[in-house]
Amino acid sequence: MKLRRFSKGGVHPPENKLSATSSVKVFPVPEKVTIQLAQHIGAPAKPVVAKGDKVKVGTLLGEPAGFISAAVHSSVSGTVTAIEETANHMGKKVPSITIKVEGDEWEESIDRSDDIKKDCELCASEIVDIMKNLGIVGMGGATFPAHVKYMFPPDKKADALIINGVECEPYLTSDHRLMLEKPIQILVGVSIMMKAAKVERAFVGIEANKPDAIELLEKESKSFTGIEIVPLKVQYPQGAEKQLIKAILDREVPSGKLPLDVGCVVNNVATAFAVYEAVQKRKPLFERIITVTGSKVKTPCNYIARVGTPVADIIKAAEGDIETSGKIIAGGPMMGHAVSNTGFFMTKGSSGVILMSEDEAKRSEPQNCIRCAKCVSVCPMGLQPYLLEKLSEKDRFEDAEKEFVTDCIECGSCSFTCPSARPLLDYIRYGKANVMRIMRERRAKQ
Amino acid sequence: MSAVVLYSIITLGAISAISAVVLFIVARKFKVYEDPRIDEVAEILPGANCGGCGYPGCRGLAEALVKASENGDISGLFCPAGGNDTMANVGKYLGLEVAASDPKIAVVRCGGTKSKAPQKVAFDGPSKCAVANTITSGENGCPFGCLGLGDCVAACDFGAIYIDKETGLPVVDEEKCVSCGACVKACPRGIIEIRPKGRKDRRVSVFCMNREKGAVAMKNCKAACIGCGKCASACPEKVQAITVTNFLAYIDPKKCIACGKCVQECPTGAIKASFEIIKKEAPKSAPAETNV
Repeated sequence: MKLRRFSKGGVHPPENKLSATSSVKVFPVPEKVTIQLAQHIGAPAKPVVAKGDKVKVGTLLGEPAGFISAAVHSSVSGTVTAIEETANHMGKKVPSITIKVEGDEWEESIDRSDDIKKDCELCASEIVDIMKNLGIVGMGGATFPAHVKYMFPPDKKADALIINGVECEPYLTSDHRLMLEKPIQILVGVSIMMKAAKVERAFVGIEANKPDAIELLEKESKSFTGIEIVPLKVQYPQGAEKQLIKAILDREVPSGKLPLDVGCVVNNVATAFAVYEAVQKRKPLFERIITVTGSKVKTPCNYIARVGTPVADIIKAAEGDIETSGKIIAGGPMMGHAVSNTGFFMTKGSSGVILMSEDEAKRSEPQNCIRCAKCVSVCPMGLQPYLLEKLSEKDRFEDAEKEFVTDCIECGSCSFTCPSARPLLDYIRYGKANVMRIMRERRAKQ
Repeated sequence: MSAVVLYSIITLGAISAISAVVLFIVARKFKVYEDPRIDEVAEILPGANCGGCGYPGCRGLAEALVKASENGDISGLFCPAGGNDTMANVGKYLGLEVAASDPKIAVVRCGGTKSKAPQKVAFDGPSKCAVANTITSGENGCPFGCLGLGDCVAACDFGAIYIDKETGLPVVDEEKCVSCGACVKACPRGIIEIRPKGRKDRRVSVFCMNREKGAVAMKNCKAACIGCGKCASACPEKVQAITVTNFLAYIDPKKCIACGKCVQECPTGAIKASFEIIKKEAPKSAPAETNV
């Protein structure tokens, strides 16, 4: 059978899935955690605890402050010692709550048993409420508050749920391990999300470099109705929602539109697992799987760690050598951010941390553009990266807007493929951010 | 043969005659009266088109000046590139009094030299501050400090600012700077400020923009303002030019008398003066650091 993939562009970087065979280990609860209130896209959560308050595992720390915002819960039990601003992995200051850990006492409402609960009697709006109250966000990387995706405008309807088990980023294996270790929970989560989205069909897209996960989920999915496992040809960036919809359903999301406009809702497998835990076990989202990998890590592995754990601790536990690393990346190597300081903390979106040696990480000196148009042929959105780069560099934002710079998904395929090593994406990101700002200002004026 | 030449001359002659009539009518009908003084004023202005006055180019300012002169008041308009001399000439031409304004200069408010704020990480992205600012907090880790990639240098039309290789910070050339403010707009971190040049070029400024707590700021830069407030209490009671907000001191140039007391009090050396301060015990710090 010919495997499906998205039709336009894409690259295939070396996979380097060093930690694929290492099963998920539980990372011990640290002595102190710092839980940031802006772990998601949208408005930071509003703190509801004060300094000196006692909290348990799962206690609400911050409530959503706006339509696009998510609740934040405590990942440990202990005393709140500080509410102040700390730097996130990008060096940006965000409000956060520091908790000194005392014991490991959980909220009574959370079901801590290991039994798998398959039946769910709740209706769609109740499920969405639970997602909202227990702080579920998209865990593929963008951390978009999950409940918002299921609150459809009255004139729109979905007919398919798409679950992203692609993990197209090199190095990362957190979703792969999750699919191998919690397949039934994921599938229950998917059926709950189908109910929330009021759809009959769900597709779980998995790339062919994870045959074990495909086989296991195919076997388990036989006992669920409406869930189909779709093996996909390996191609980056297949995990981007528009590309995944194209690959699985052959539908194209028009420029400036959302997946819902073509009748789809897209979520990650890790989100499906988080939904399962929230709906069936009443467990808020306060821990996730993080991959620690790269050539400077002695034992590349996957940890399940509490949100707020210092990432430096996790790197140390995996015997990563911070001092001699050439580059430390939070997230995947293609879309993640190189960090300038390892003093940042686990968030709901921390899918991995990669320690690269200096040789691997060093960017070559940029040369002049040779007009080979390789960036154009690999752009999965059909844009012209060389042109967008030049327009952004010269601050010609109006022209960049006309060239659809806002459609860029920042996958980095252009920079990856450029034979002249031009910093295409760096400039495009700069241009895109400015165009977005100009568009916001224009909208505010009207 | 001669017939071809003749026809050509007749046809071309006819076309040009008709065009001339059309052009004459159009030129008459759509004539726009322009005050001849605008051209004259534009002639007086330096013609640098730097935009420092807030208008798009010198002609824009000339139009505004002539328009304002009809109301008899051009006090709100000023050409920073030409300075008081140019404005006096403009005033003379338009027959108006122009009050002299204090000369100004761009001040780069960051003291994070390579020795005070050592490089922690390497940034290998494009050399443009505006881009670097969106993806990194800087090679020395300070999220408020100078990125040193020279957007201000590229923006300056007068070659008045350059990056000192030794310190990694931009230096303003006092002779060349016309305080047009192009660098202020170019700096994505808002480090550069246009401040009065001061009497006899004596001025004092805080060379830091860091609004973090003192201990946090000091981790990245030994010359950071820690917001201790010693400068504010050292400032003479009648002057009170210094305010400290968000762990950062600011000296109001309108109030400052450039006595230099705060410079001596500052424990981190974040406050620097453009002139030499004779301390009681020891002479002031190395002159390489005073790029005011």
